[in-house]
Amino acid sequence: MSDLYREHILDHYQHPRNYGTLDHPDRSFEDSNPLCGDRIRIDLKLSGDYIADIRFSGRGCAISQAAASILTEMVKGKSLEEVKALGAQDLLEELGVPISPARRKCALLSLKVLKAAAYGLNEWPS
Amino acid sequence: MSTRVGTQPLDVHRIRTDFPILQRTVRDGKPLVYLDSAATSQKPASVIEALAGFYQTSNANIHRGIYELSEEASILYEEARAKVARFIGAARPEEVIFVRNTTEAINLVARTWGTANLQAGDVVVTTILEHHSNIVPWHQLAAERGIMVRFVDIDEAGRLRLDQLEGHLRTGSVKLVAVTHVSNALGTINPVSEIARLAHEAGALVLVDGAQSVPHLPVDVRRLGADFLAFSGHKMLGPFGIGVLWARYELLASLPPFLGGGGMIRTVTTEGFTPGDVPARLEAGTPSVADAVALGAAIDYLEPIGMAAIRQHEVALLAYALPRLEEIPGIRLYGPVGEDRSGVISFTLGDVHPHDVAAVLDLHGIAVRAGHHCTQPLMRRLGVVATTRASFYLYNWEADVDRLVEALHNARRVFGVAG
Repeated sequence: MSDLYREHILDHYQHPRNYGTLDHPDRSFEDSNPLCGDRIRIDLKLSGDYIADIRFSGRGCAISQAAASILTEMVKGKSLEEVKALGAQDLLEELGVPISPARRKCALLSLKVLKAAAYGLNEWPS
Repeated sequence: MSTRVGTQPLDVHRIRTDFPILQRTVRDGKPLVYLDSAATSQKPASVIEALAGFYQTSNANIHRGIYELSEEASILYEEARAKVARFIGAARPEEVIFVRNTTEAINLVARTWGTANLQAGDVVVTTILEHHSNIVPWHQLAAERGIMVRFVDIDEAGRLRLDQLEGHLRTGSVKLVAVTHVSNALGTINPVSEIARLAHEAGALVLVDGAQSVPHLPVDVRRLGADFLAFSGHKMLGPFGIGVLWARYELLASLPPFLGGGGMIRTVTTEGFTPGDVPARLEAGTPSVADAVALGAAIDYLEPIGMAAIRQHEVALLAYALPRLEEIPGIRLYGPVGEDRSGVISFTLGDVHPHDVAAVLDLHGIAVRAGHHCTQPLMRRLGVVATTRASFYLYNWEADVDRLVEALHNARRVFGVAG
């Protein structure tokens, strides 16, 4: 019906891919946007430097949750170096819908969490 | 409630023609349905013209300019003060202090009255319904001076627990009760006169946040019983950048200065200064003269229509909207139902995030607010991260409600919300 909520976005929101948690993840990171309440956790299982398995969990708006689902599909099987090289534009292009400045943080929360996991962070450096 | 029976219904059709922005379209040609007046109201042409007119014909800095333009600007500024005073039933114009907005008015009280009168161990009672602007200034004083901030909870309907207020007051440590007249998130109209009576019996002063009441209901400070009243011009058809703090003259005169600078002094020497009289004492620096004048024009617009009639109109819109919204499967409405409810409707739709609901409404040309409404403690109390909020004013009508309901049915289908 709209540019923002195109079918593939709603599909990822209502049927998220790679949803859940891993039992013994090699990497795990969680973060939220406190102002809107979006929350994303990402667990990684590594095989060498490659992402053998990935799960995300969380709650929030359709944009944040669909973006996380799409991101997990983008990076499964990729190397940590490739993940570290991902930019905001890569994910926004994959989303393929116009993201207004107000929704940018929603769209990019999962990428922020994934990159923190790729760098092996347990929490944000203060 | 001060709503009178028998007020003339508003001629909304005529009123709407006074607001130029309501003629525009949004999102590829859709007529604008503006349901965010609790955030800021739209402005009638007369207010916009007053603002532009001041700059076009009367612009000069006020006070002590010994020339015609400055005298004219000074007169217009003081006339605006007198209009505000009359509008809220103040005893004299000097009881009206012009500030930027409600937030600044409350901070002014915290920084002047608060620092002069509050010591470690003193209690400020506020409520879980408050906007952050009536919480954070008290938290700041708690951090700096060791005062304590206590909260009055709500019941399940969203009404204040006056029994808790009485419990706080019985401790004898309460120096101030800071309460909103109308909740910006739930629309609850609090019994502020009753609260003021209880507070005064316990020796506490009362600050009322009138940001959501002065634009929408008849508010008369002689009946309100409050010691301080704070409100914003931009929510009552006026421009941004002008707000009001009202207090009785004797109380204002007892306050130490707020900001230091030009206009607020009697004399300045290399050794120090002596402050001037109120209101100038609390209005350091060049004020927003044009904005004050335009606020006066907003009052000129509201007064002939009548605040009782505006209140009646919003009551009728609420009565039209609530049953139609209730019929939407998966919707949850917040706030009390009854006479103590303003034209504010907060809701959630299934477990769809309120930002998504608002984004779909926006595609229909409907402007609502979604988020925590600067009431994070209340959101936590309600167990939600956010709500979507539609709010009414005198230019809204049933057609706006119909568009909202239709768009919400659509949002429900988009996100697959079950009943």
